[in-house]
Amino acid sequence: MADKPSGDLTSDIDGIFNVLRSVARRPVTLMEVCGTHTMSIARSGMRSVLPEGLRLVSGPGCPVCVTPMGYVDTAIELAQRPEAILTTFGDMMRVPGSKMSLEAAKARGADVRVVYSPMKSLELAQAEPSRSVIFLGVGFETTAPGSAALVRYAAERNVKNLFVLSAHKLIPPALRVLASSPDLAVDGFILPGHVSVVLGLEPYEFLAEEFARPCVITGFEPHDILQAVAMLLKQISSGNAQVENQYSRIVHEDGNPAARAAIEEVMEPADTCWRGFGILPLSGLAIREKYSAFDAEKMFGVTIPPDEPRTGCRCGDVLRGLIRPMDCPLFGDPCTPANPIGACMVSSEGSCAASYRYEQQA
Amino acid sequence: MCLAVPAKIVEIKGAQALVEVPGNRFSADVSLTPGVVVGDYVLVHAGFAIERYKESDALEILKVFEGMRDG
Repeated sequence: MADKPSGDLTSDIDGIFNVLRSVARRPVTLMEVCGTHTMSIARSGMRSVLPEGLRLVSGPGCPVCVTPMGYVDTAIELAQRPEAILTTFGDMMRVPGSKMSLEAAKARGADVRVVYSPMKSLELAQAEPSRSVIFLGVGFETTAPGSAALVRYAAERNVKNLFVLSAHKLIPPALRVLASSPDLAVDGFILPGHVSVVLGLEPYEFLAEEFARPCVITGFEPHDILQAVAMLLKQISSGNAQVENQYSRIVHEDGNPAARAAIEEVMEPADTCWRGFGILPLSGLAIREKYSAFDAEKMFGVTIPPDEPRTGCRCGDVLRGLIRPMDCPLFGDPCTPANPIGACMVSSEGSCAASYRYEQQA
Repeated sequence: MCLAVPAKIVEIKGAQALVEVPGNRFSADVSLTPGVVVGDYVLVHAGFAIERYKESDALEILKVFEGMRDG
């Protein structure tokens, strides 16, 4: 087990300098795959004080950013139905579709409502039986259990006007694609904290075993992340690759079996499109046949089309850690948080948006 | 997106709990954390408790909460 973080950033950074000196004299690149880590790294200004030769890059860790345009288009298409109420997490409102965002659709009269909990959709469906309430199920393994529980409750309570349009995505299959990519220059992974609350450690073992990449699950405070960086550097310097858990105060070895059982009961892995990446095999969650009465795609006969790549946008390269956000020709002009062109500029947790807000001078 | 907050359970009815963070109470579903009881600290994400804290860690959270109130 790791030492407790000191909570003192200066000594954490000194520790990292010390370990880095003992690592072979070559640049080290670490990738974080959680949008909340991306934000914490950018906001704390940590990149500017890390030793030369140590690079932190952002992977596809923001579920809002990787939700494809075709999904937003399909949601807006469903919202045109006169009886439809769309419920969504607030972060989805500004995500651009091919024609408009949900926010723009709402401004044009679509009934789109922001909810904090998926359960609000169930209350709404029960209160308004003549309406079709369609919940936009977006998020990784942290969020998917809530959508699964929602469907389970709707089935138990025989609610017939509640539907889920699933764009849920799975982190380990995306990491497998990344790790298999021949041009990936990443020496180790900073693994997401709250996805791991659900998954535990086992689903990441392949990164260490098959791809010899050190991994550390970590929390969200700057000193958590710095400690994870130090732990990764220690693994790299000793030639080890294993999955370590810096965030053991809430991530248990076996994760949360009840949350995984809820997903397993209601959903099954399916191929899905990630904005900036295209279709990744078995990296999403579709609603099982048994619960198809709650599957918006099946019940309304819609299919989510895969995205066409956008000209000039290099989100795919940013998400693979090949270039920094500011190296994209569109960064800052015309692509900005107010006018996002690519996935990574969409949500505040996207690597380009975080970089635009906090690191433009870097 | 995966933001989550530690909160204390103050009431439970079936799978619905009332949880508390300093200055605020809100409802959270506890069906994904079987066995939790009033007084437990849980991590709440998008209206669902997704994990229970061990008692020793809960005490640390309590200290942080008290710091927030005092600060």
